[in-house]
Amino acid sequence: MHPTFVDSVWLRRYAALVVCSAFALVVAGGLVTSNDAALAIPDWPLNWGRLIPPLEANIRYEFAHRVLALITALLTAGLAVKLRTRLAWTALAAVLVQAGLGGVLVKYIDPAWAAVVHAALAQLFFGITVALVGQVSDLPRAPAPFIAAVALFAQTVLGAAVRHHIASLIPHIFGAVVATILVMWAGLSTLMTHMDHPALRRPALALLSLTFSQVFLGIAAYMARAATADAPQPMPLMVWITVAHVAVGSLAFGAAVVLAGQSAQPASLPQRTAEA
Amino acid sequence: MRKIWIGTVLSCSLTFIGCGGGEKPAETAKSEATAPAGGGGTATPDEVNGGTITGKVAFTGDKPKMATLDMSAQPKCEAAHKGEVVKSQEVVVNSNGTLKNAFVWIKSGLPDKQWAIPANAVSLDQHGCMYEPHVIGIVAGQNIEVKNSDPTNHNIHPMPQVNADWNESQSPGEPPKMKTFPRQEVMIPVKCNVHPWMRSYIGVVSSPFFAVTGDDGTFTIKGLPPGTYTIEVWHEKYGTQDQQVTVGAKESKTVDFSIKG
Repeated sequence: MHPTFVDSVWLRRYAALVVCSAFALVVAGGLVTSNDAALAIPDWPLNWGRLIPPLEANIRYEFAHRVLALITALLTAGLAVKLRTRLAWTALAAVLVQAGLGGVLVKYIDPAWAAVVHAALAQLFFGITVALVGQVSDLPRAPAPFIAAVALFAQTVLGAAVRHHIASLIPHIFGAVVATILVMWAGLSTLMTHMDHPALRRPALALLSLTFSQVFLGIAAYMARAATADAPQPMPLMVWITVAHVAVGSLAFGAAVVLAGQSAQPASLPQRTAEA
Repeated sequence: MRKIWIGTVLSCSLTFIGCGGGEKPAETAKSEATAPAGGGGTATPDEVNGGTITGKVAFTGDKPKMATLDMSAQPKCEAAHKGEVVKSQEVVVNSNGTLKNAFVWIKSGLPDKQWAIPANAVSLDQHGCMYEPHVIGIVAGQNIEVKNSDPTNHNIHPMPQVNADWNESQSPGEPPKMKTFPRQEVMIPVKCNVHPWMRSYIGVVSSPFFAVTGDDGTFTIKGLPPGTYTIEVWHEKYGTQDQQVTVGAKESKTVDFSIKG
C-alpha cells in the first residue's frame, strides 16, 4: 500500500486534476484535427518564432493544444515526483513522448503514421492517468473488463487511422461491433454479480452508457462528414460531433480502465487499495 | 529504474528530433533546376514558326451553387471584403458558359528536350484571405513569388505528391518568398492551415506549354514544335479530359473541351 495516496485527500484531488487535464488535452487535440489546424503553427517548440503566437483563426486551436500539453506535463511531473510509482513515471514518460511526437508532426509536416501514433498515445496516457486515480495495482481478476478496455483502445487507433486517411471506415465499424459486444459482456456480467458494490456498479454503468452513446455519436459523426464532404472548410456541426465522438470514446475507455482496475480488488473489499 | 531512464532518453530524443520547425531549405529545391533561362542546351518555344493550339473549356449542365465562405474566425479577412459575400472558387462558370481556372497543358508528344526555365517568377498572392490567382502554372524549376498582401498572418502549405512539401508562415509586411518545385506535377494543392477555406492549385510542367483559363474560358498555347500531342484539361472538381491534336509548323488548331456539371 502506498501511504501517501490513501491518506491524502489533496493528493487524490490533484490526481483527479491530472485526469481532467489529460481529458481536456484529448478534446483540444480533437479540435485541432477536426479544424485542420495541426500545422497552423509551422514551427516547434516556438510558436511563429515566439512564445505566444498571434492568436488568429486556427492558430488559437493549435496554441491552446500546446499550452494544455505543457500544463498537463507539469501536473503529471508533479504527480510522478510525489508518488514515485512505476505507473506515475510511465504517465510522465508518455506525456513527454507525446510532446516529442508533436514536434515530429510539425517538423515532418504531419506524416499520417505519426498522427495516428500521437492520437493513440493520447488515449493511452489518459487511460494511465485514470488508472492512477483508480489506484490500479494488479492485473484484473475478471478478464472481461480488461478485454473491453483493450477493444476500446483498439477502436481509438482505428478511428485515428480513419481520421488521418490511412484506413477505411470498414475496420472501424467492425471494431465498433466487436467492442460493443465485449463492453456488454464486461458491463452486464459485472452488474449481475456485483450490483451491491458501488465501486464496481458505477464504472460498469458508466461504461455501458458511454459505449452506447458512442455508437450513436459515431453514426452522427459519419452522417455529418458525409453531409459536409463538399464544404470548402470544416463545418462547425461536423467538428463538434466528431470531437464529441473522440471525447466520449476517451471516457468510455477510461470507464473500462476503472472497471478493470476495480475488478482486480477482492470483491469483499469495496475500498481501493494503493497501487504498487 | 532502467526503464524509466530509457523512456526519458526516448522522449528527449523525440524532442530533439521535433525541434527546428518544418522548413526545408529552399536551396535544395532550387538546385535541382539549374538550367539557365534560354541558356545553351535548352529549348524555347518557337513563337514565329511553331504551332498554336487555342480553344475554350465550356461548361454544360446546371451551374452549381457555390458555398459561402465563413471568414468569421478572422475579422480582418471579413473586413477585407467590405461586407460582400465571398463564395468558394471551386467552380467558377463565366457569363459565356465557360469554366474559369481550368488548367490546360500538353501532357505528351513533345520532343525529348530540356526546356528553358523562364527567369520571371509567377506571382501567388494572399489577398483578402484568398489566394490570387486560384490556379497558376509554372515550368518545373521556375520561381513562384509568394506574397502576403493581407494585414493578417498566413501560412502556405503546398501538398505535393512528387515534390518536397513545405509549410511556412508569412506575416504581414514580410518580404515575398521565392519558392519552386523541380519536378513535374499536375496539380499541387495549396492550403493555409490558419484559414482553412483558402485553397489554390499549382500546375508544375516540365515544358512551357500550358495555360489557365480566365474570365472568357479560353486558352492559347503557342510555339509548339510540329507533332501530335495529347492535350489535357484539369479541373479541381471535374477532373481531367484528354484530346489528341496534330499541329504543324505555323499552323493553328482549335481544341475545345466540354465539361458537364
